[in-house]
Amino acid sequence: MTFLKNFINVLSVASISFIFLSATFAFIVYFCLLDGKVKSKAGVAFIIVGLILATAGLWFLPMFYLSIAYFLSLWGLATLGPRLWDSKTGLWLLIAGAGGFGLSLLDSNFKLIAAKPDNVPIGAMIFLLGIFTWIALRKAYLNDRQIAAGGMTFEKTETNEKLFVWPDLVYTEMLCMIALTIVMIIWSVALRAPLEEAANPTSSPNPAKAPWYFLGLQEMLVYFDPWLAGVVLPTLIIVGLMAIPYIDTNPKGNGYYSFRERKWEIGVFLYGFLVLWSFLIITGTFLRGPNWNFFGPFEFWDPNKLEPLVNVDLSELIWVKALSMPLPKLWIIREAFGLGLILLYLGLAPAAAKGPFRRFYLKMGAPRYYVGAYLFLVMLALPIKMVLRWIFNLKYIVHIQEIFFNI
Amino acid sequence: MTLKQVQEGIVNSQVWKSVFRVGIPNTNRKRVLAVLGSLILHLHPVKVRRSGVRMSYTWCMGGTSFFLFLVETVTGLLLMFYYRPTIEYAFTDIMDLREQAPFGIMREMHRWGAHAMVIAVWLHMFRVFMTGSYKPPREFNWNVGVILLVLTLLLSFTGYLLPWDQLAIWAITVGSNMARATPGAGNEGPMSALIKLGDVPLIHAGDDARFGLIGGRSIGAATLLRFYVLHCMVIPLAAGFLMAIHFWRVRKDGGISGPM
Ligand code: HEM
Repeated sequence: MTFLKNFINVLSVASISFIFLSATFAFIVYFCLLDGKVKSKAGVAFIIVGLILATAGLWFLPMFYLSIAYFLSLWGLATLGPRLWDSKTGLWLLIAGAGGFGLSLLDSNFKLIAAKPDNVPIGAMIFLLGIFTWIALRKAYLNDRQIAAGGMTFEKTETNEKLFVWPDLVYTEMLCMIALTIVMIIWSVALRAPLEEAANPTSSPNPAKAPWYFLGLQEMLVYFDPWLAGVVLPTLIIVGLMAIPYIDTNPKGNGYYSFRERKWEIGVFLYGFLVLWSFLIITGTFLRGPNWNFFGPFEFWDPNKLEPLVNVDLSELIWVKALSMPLPKLWIIREAFGLGLILLYLGLAPAAAKGPFRRFYLKMGAPRYYVGAYLFLVMLALPIKMVLRWIFNLKYIVHIQEIFFNI
Repeated sequence: MTLKQVQEGIVNSQVWKSVFRVGIPNTNRKRVLAVLGSLILHLHPVKVRRSGVRMSYTWCMGGTSFFLFLVETVTGLLLMFYYRPTIEYAFTDIMDLREQAPFGIMREMHRWGAHAMVIAVWLHMFRVFMTGSYKPPREFNWNVGVILLVLTLLLSFTGYLLPWDQLAIWAITVGSNMARATPGAGNEGPMSALIKLGDVPLIHAGDDARFGLIGGRSIGAATLLRFYVLHCMVIPLAAGFLMAIHFWRVRKDGGISGPM
C-alpha cells in the first residue's frame, strides 16, 4: 500500500505525469483510433522511447517509475486497441476510476485536499472529462468504421427523420431540468459553501491560489513570466479559439462525430484542451501546496518543504558555463543566443511552408496558414519550455530584466 | 367523477383556455401551434432533426449551461436581498445568511451552480468542436460562444470576491496581479518602462491596467463595489443578450448541426 502510494506520488510529479499523459494520448490515438499495430514503425518508436526512459531510470529513479507506467499503458492500450470503445471496457474503466478514487479517500492527506468543498467540483470535472472524451471518441470511431466500409455515419442515417419539438424535445429538456434541479439541491444540502475568516489584506495565506479555472494560468507562471502566462497566452487562447472556424477549411466532419476525417484538428484541440489546459488546472488545484511547491496526492502539505532553486538562464549556460566568460554587459549581446533561438523558432513556420507542410500551405493559402502556424507554435512553446525546465533547469531563454522582457 | 372528467373540466375551463391557447397538443396541428404560440417554446423550431434531440449527440450541455445561468440568476437575486457590497457589511452579511436565513442553501446553490456552469460551458464547447459544428455556416455562432465562455469566467471571477473572506480577496489578488504585467500597459509589463514623457514614466502603479481593473492600488472598497456592479448588472446583461443572439443563430444557421 505504501509502495503504491509512493509510486503514485512520484508519478504525479509534473514532469513525469506530463510525459506519461502525452504518451498515453499518443497511444490512444494510434492504437485505438487509427487501428495501429505494435509491429509497425510507430510501435517500434514507442518501444524505443520507453527503453530510453527506462535507461534514464538507472540514474534518476522517477524515470524508472515513469517507464513502468509507460510500458503498462502501452501494453494495455495496444492490446485493447479499438476495444477501448466497447461499452463494457468503458464501464470497467469508470468503475476502476471511481474505485481508485474512493480507496484514495481513505488516505487522510488525499482526503484533506480532494474533499475541500471548492475542490469537489474539480474532482467531478476529471470524471466528466474522462466520460465525455470517451463518449465522443467512441462515436467517432464507430462512424469512422462505417465510412471506411462505404456506409453512412450514424447521424446521416437519421438526418431526414424529423421530430416534433412538442413532445420530443420539450420533454427531454424538462427531464434534464428536473434531473439538474435534483442534483443541485442534493449537492447544496450536502456540501456547505466555504467561508474563511474575514478578509485581511495583511496576512496572505500560503498557498494563495486564484479561482480554480485560472489555476492553469497560475501553474503556467512556473514556466513563464506573468506577462506571458497571465496576459499574452490567455489572450491568444481566446483569439485562437475564435480563429478555429476560419483556419480550418476541411469541409468534412461537419455535423457528426468522426476522427479520421479530421485527425489534425481533433488531435491538436484535444491535446490543448485535455493534456495542457486541464492537466495544468488539475496540477494547480490538487498538487500545488505551500510556496507553490509540488506535493504528490498522498503527500502531506508541509509548509517547510524546501525545493532548491537551481534554475539558470540560457545566457548564463552559454557565456559562463560553456564559454567560461563573464556575462556581457550589453543585453543585446548577452541575449544574442536566446533571441537567435526565438527567431529560429518563429522561422519554423515559413520554413515548413516550403518544406514538409507545403501541402497545407497550398491548400489553406498564406493568411490562414500563417495565423494557424503561429498559434500552433505558441501553443507548443508551453510544453517545450516545460521540458527544457525539467531537463536543463532552464529559467529564461531570453532574459532582458531592463525592460521586463523575459521568455 | 373520474379522473378523465376532472382533466377535461380543467382543460375546458375558461381560465385554462385563456392561458394555453391550443389545449392538449394531441394532434400534429396542435403540436405545431403549441410551439409557435408560446414565447418561450418558440425559441425552438417546430420540428427538429432526430439526431439534434439525442442526448448522446448534444450531451444537453448547451441547455445545461443555459439552465445553470437561470439558476444563478434566481439564486443571485435572492442573495442580493441579504448582501451589501461594502467592506463593513459584506462578510458579516454572508455570515448572517449562513447562520440566520431559513432554508439557507441559496448561497450553496449559487456557488456550486457557478462552478457547474463553467464546467458545462467547457463541455459544451468540447461537444461543438467534436461534431465539427463550428464549420460553415456556424462560424459566427462559435465566436459568440467563445465570448460567452469568457463572460462566464468573468462572472465567476467577479463573484469570487464578494464574500470578502480570505479565500476571496487573495484569489482575486493573485488573479488580478497578472494585469500588472500587461505588455505596455502594466507597470511591470515588458516595454511599459519605455513609455515615458521625458523622465516621467506614464505607466505606473497608480494608473496601469491593474489599477483600472480593481480601482485602486490594492483590493479594497472600490474593488468590491466595482466587482459587485459588474457581477450583478453588467456581465449578466451582456451574457443574456449574447445568449439571445446565440440561440437565434442556432436556428438561423439551420438548427442543431447534422450531416449535410
Ligand atoms: C453561457 C454559455 C453558453 C450557452 C448558454 C450556450 C447554449 C447553447 C445551446 C442551448 C445550444 C443548442 C445546442 C446544444 O445544446 O448543444 C448551443 C449551440 C451551439 N453553441 Fe453554445 N452555449 C454557450 C457557450 C458556447 C461556447 C463556449 C461555444 C463555443 C466556443 C458555443 C458554440 C455553439 C455552437 C457552434 C452551437 C451550434 C451547435 C450545433 O448546431 O450543433 N456555445 N449553445
